[in-house]
Amino acid sequence: MKEQLEAIRTATKQALSSCTDAKQLDQLRVQYLGKKGELTAILKQMGKLSAQERPAMGQLANQVRTDLEQALAEKQHALSERMLQHKLEAEAVDVTLPGTAQRQGSMHPLHIVEQEIREIFLGMGFSVADGPEVEYDYYNFEALNLPPDHPARDTQDTFYITDDILLRTQTSSVQVHVMETQKPPIRVISPGRVYRSDTVDATHSPLFHQIEGLVVDKGVTMADLKGTLKLLMQRLYGDDCKIRLRPHHFPFTEPSAEVDVMCFQCHGEGCRMCKGEGYIELLGAGMVHPKVLEGCGIDSSVYSGFAFGLGLERIAMRHYQIGDMRLLFENDTRFLEQF
Amino acid sequence: MNLSMKWLADYVDCGVSVPAFCSGMTMSGSKVETYEAGGADVTGVVVGRLITITPHENSDHLQVCQVDIGGDAPIQIVTGAQNIVEGALVPVAMIGATLLGGVKIKKGKLRGVESNGMLCSLGELGLTVHDFPYAIEDGIFLIEEDCTPGQDLHDAIGFNDTSVEFEITSNRPDCLSVVGLAREAAVTFGKPLTVKDPQFHGTSDDIAQSLSVSVENAALCPHYIAGMVKNVKIAPSPRWIRERLRASGVRPINNLVDITNYVMLEYGQPMHAFDQRYVQGGKIVVRNAAEGEMITTLDGQERKLSPKMLIIADAQKPIAVAGIMGGEYSGIMDDTQTVIFESAYFDPVQVRRTAKALGMRTDASARYEKGLDPDGCLRTLRRAMELVEQLGVGEPVAQFIEVDQRTNTPKQIPFSPDWINGFLGTNISREAMVQTLESLEIRVDGDVCTVPSFRIDLERPADLAEEVVRIYGYNNIPSTVIRGVAKAQLTPQQQFLRKAEQTMVGLGYYGILTYSFTSPKCFDRIGLAADSPLRKTVTISNPLGEDTSIMRTTTLPSMLDVLATNYKNRNASAWLYEMGKEYLPTTPDTLPQEPDRLTIGAYGGDMDFFRLKGTVEALCAKLYLPKYTYVRPADADHAFEECCALHPGRSAVICCGDQVIGYLGEVHPTVQKTYGIGARTYVAKLLIQEMAALAETEVTYEPLPKFPAITRDLSLVCEETLPVGTMEAAIEQAAGKLLEQVTLFDIYQGNQIAEGKKSVSFSLRLRSHEGTLTDEQADAAMKRVLKALDRIGAVLRD
Repeated sequence: MKEQLEAIRTATKQALSSCTDAKQLDQLRVQYLGKKGELTAILKQMGKLSAQERPAMGQLANQVRTDLEQALAEKQHALSERMLQHKLEAEAVDVTLPGTAQRQGSMHPLHIVEQEIREIFLGMGFSVADGPEVEYDYYNFEALNLPPDHPARDTQDTFYITDDILLRTQTSSVQVHVMETQKPPIRVISPGRVYRSDTVDATHSPLFHQIEGLVVDKGVTMADLKGTLKLLMQRLYGDDCKIRLRPHHFPFTEPSAEVDVMCFQCHGEGCRMCKGEGYIELLGAGMVHPKVLEGCGIDSSVYSGFAFGLGLERIAMRHYQIGDMRLLFENDTRFLEQF
Repeated sequence: MNLSMKWLADYVDCGVSVPAFCSGMTMSGSKVETYEAGGADVTGVVVGRLITITPHENSDHLQVCQVDIGGDAPIQIVTGAQNIVEGALVPVAMIGATLLGGVKIKKGKLRGVESNGMLCSLGELGLTVHDFPYAIEDGIFLIEEDCTPGQDLHDAIGFNDTSVEFEITSNRPDCLSVVGLAREAAVTFGKPLTVKDPQFHGTSDDIAQSLSVSVENAALCPHYIAGMVKNVKIAPSPRWIRERLRASGVRPINNLVDITNYVMLEYGQPMHAFDQRYVQGGKIVVRNAAEGEMITTLDGQERKLSPKMLIIADAQKPIAVAGIMGGEYSGIMDDTQTVIFESAYFDPVQVRRTAKALGMRTDASARYEKGLDPDGCLRTLRRAMELVEQLGVGEPVAQFIEVDQRTNTPKQIPFSPDWINGFLGTNISREAMVQTLESLEIRVDGDVCTVPSFRIDLERPADLAEEVVRIYGYNNIPSTVIRGVAKAQLTPQQQFLRKAEQTMVGLGYYGILTYSFTSPKCFDRIGLAADSPLRKTVTISNPLGEDTSIMRTTTLPSMLDVLATNYKNRNASAWLYEMGKEYLPTTPDTLPQEPDRLTIGAYGGDMDFFRLKGTVEALCAKLYLPKYTYVRPADADHAFEECCALHPGRSAVICCGDQVIGYLGEVHPTVQKTYGIGARTYVAKLLIQEMAALAETEVTYEPLPKFPAITRDLSLVCEETLPVGTMEAAIEQAAGKLLEQVTLFDIYQGNQIAEGKKSVSFSLRLRSHEGTLTDEQADAAMKRVLKALDRIGAVLRD
């Protein structure tokens, strides 16, 4: 019997080594270990053995069974590994084939830049105020120290609806609304559309966008204005960005300044991009004119403030190196999808 | 304002190069736009003397000249000019010279004779006969200046001035003058300013014998001075005057006109010169025009005057519009003998209104309307008389006629260095401030500043702060961070709009930006009814053109325009959205409403009605909108007039409770054709502002289900016209709260289904939150559902 058991062990192992698929493996399991299998057949003869032989034979038989079960399991594992391997190989794809198109969208480039600037100011504690685009003359001009017949009105070619109602030429009109409805401390920006009757070309549009800023509190200084604008420019253009303030005139600020940023291309040396100036004009700013404060019911002997206004198109065009403003309003998807 | 650097040098020596001058002036507040060296585009031209002129051997009209250009040997030049004579001085463009327009001079042969340069005319040098009245236009410029052969032409003829162009802001009319800019330059560079008081002798004639002046409106003309020059000899001005006028961008005319222009440029005060022959009755009356009065101005235009306009009249008629333009025949002519000079102050607002009403802006009116020095008339007239005498133009009468009704007093402003430093955030010493102010001719006495009359812009301490700091240097102000804490947050509305936009981007749409104004024709293009309220618009009274003449009352046409542009540009698909306003008129005297709208437009890709509807639904889900329904526009009481632009069978109005929140649909084929879009196009407009008010603001988490669900599928047959929405509503109502979800999974028409019927299949997911649902409970619910469906004509399919 012992020989029989050993023979089965050898035969099974031999068969296993030449087995190549799962089906064959199952047959082997049935043939040797199944209920009607060879090993079972031998074990059935155990009863015929003497009481002395039985324990030793039993032990051997169990050994052989365990041994074969393990060999079968190993074989099965090896076979499934191999099958998996085949499957993976068969399933390989050409990874250089293009991906399945996924629809994408994006905000308009101007709005991307606007949002960026909003975020910067939110971080500095500015709220966002809105104001009407169709506006009373009073808010757009008069309350900003531009009375009727003021020569500076000529520089802003205004679209009129009636004698008293116009399309705002500057977001500065929102300053007045804010100061009329809020008490200092005030810290707001106001982005929006403004209108001037310029004919359309590469750098002009009858509709464009500004962001106005206004700070009013006790003890606000021109140095604060400078610090705020410097921070804005550094956030927009990097920490090494340099700004320059030039005296200018706006009726609603005093002192007034034009703010230039050092040319990104030549770093102040002067080149074609900055027309040899070394600096690029970016925005207008100044200390809120006492008349404007007073007109809004704010005591200019107690409070002071600063205001600034920047043109979004100019910043966005500079940012993305867009040479023609008309592209912003044409909305060709081949343009829009680049942002 | 163009400033001649030679002229400036009469008043101040800045001691810096031109570029340094320009940048210094810009940084102290007088912005330099650009500067140009006179004759910079002409190089390599020298003075030559014509030694001999001989006829050309092969030509009848050419001549061969030997020209002395200061070198050892003369050079030979062939010319076609006829006005040359031996011994004359001429401009010689040497080989390699550049003339106006970039013309380069090369060595060459003319009909076989070598020519080593070119003799130049005025035009080729960028000059005119106004610069050199003795020369002729079409011939070689025969130089009558004191110069020698070989000398550079620019130096020889004084064509070497530099002209600096300033952009003067509207608050500084005093800087529209050589003296004003010289004052700024002196302060900027810390140099002394030399202004001399004009001096002249004059004749002792009694001016009152031949002239009288009366001013009827003192408010509009507080100061009027008239002077007289007799025995005038009209001739060209001397070269230095012509040069300076030219560098200032003014064309020289004759000595008298040139003097008025010269003085205006120098002091900023316009003057007018009348020919006494045309001042009827020897009377000058400054008055308002009479109703219906007319004047023919110098430019030959007949203009109708109104009583609001101030004029200068003689005994009979208007002879000038005050401060704007003189009348025809009143000005200087070649045979003028006696001249009356006017130097006056006119009210700026009156000049501005009159110039605007008459549609004529002149150099003089531009100056008057900005506000001149109210005390500047006398000095200006004296300067003109000084020049008249100096140049021998005529004999000035020493006496003036002056009507002085001025009421202006010197302005005083409190001066506090501490306040200024506190306002600016600087630490400038009192001494430095006083020095700056005094050099600007602002007198400081203790804590009061007295402003000179020419500085009409200075009124308040903040103005003094600006004067101090622009000279101190804006860039010397420190940069500080604003103190205090401010609460900054977007408003719920702003957050809602932002989220809507972010969602649209996530759904694969591109943001666009369109004009707020449009053409009234757009209403016809979308097929809007002639009496639609949308046609009532906010209208621009002075538009650029009809295309941009009304503020849009609907965003739909702008979106269609952009889709059309993309289609025309052959873009296969365009999925777009715009967050933009509509402008809805209220009453004529009040502002319109400006609600924000989210407009969606798309064609191409897999866009169809249901794809667009999916977009709207995804957006509404992300924006936490409560339950909403869709109805056909016809059944929505025509909530949106512009739905006429949509396919009637493929469009819907979206309702949330009683509130309509938008519409969506396929663009009507006719409208699509009108816009030239060759693909099925889909649009939606959402009243995003109204949606913000409806949306849920507090979102709380709903626990995940603890008990299993039971899913039951239903296949129903009904009339093909029965809307799925009606069936869903019936299912939801009948199944009650056990129904978790109902999903449509198939619609079928064809074989096995009777004509005019359709098969609709739903999958219902039922679940209880109290315990595991039993089959009995589910069966009972399904029974109710089937009964409800049966009532609307949908029965279980066999």
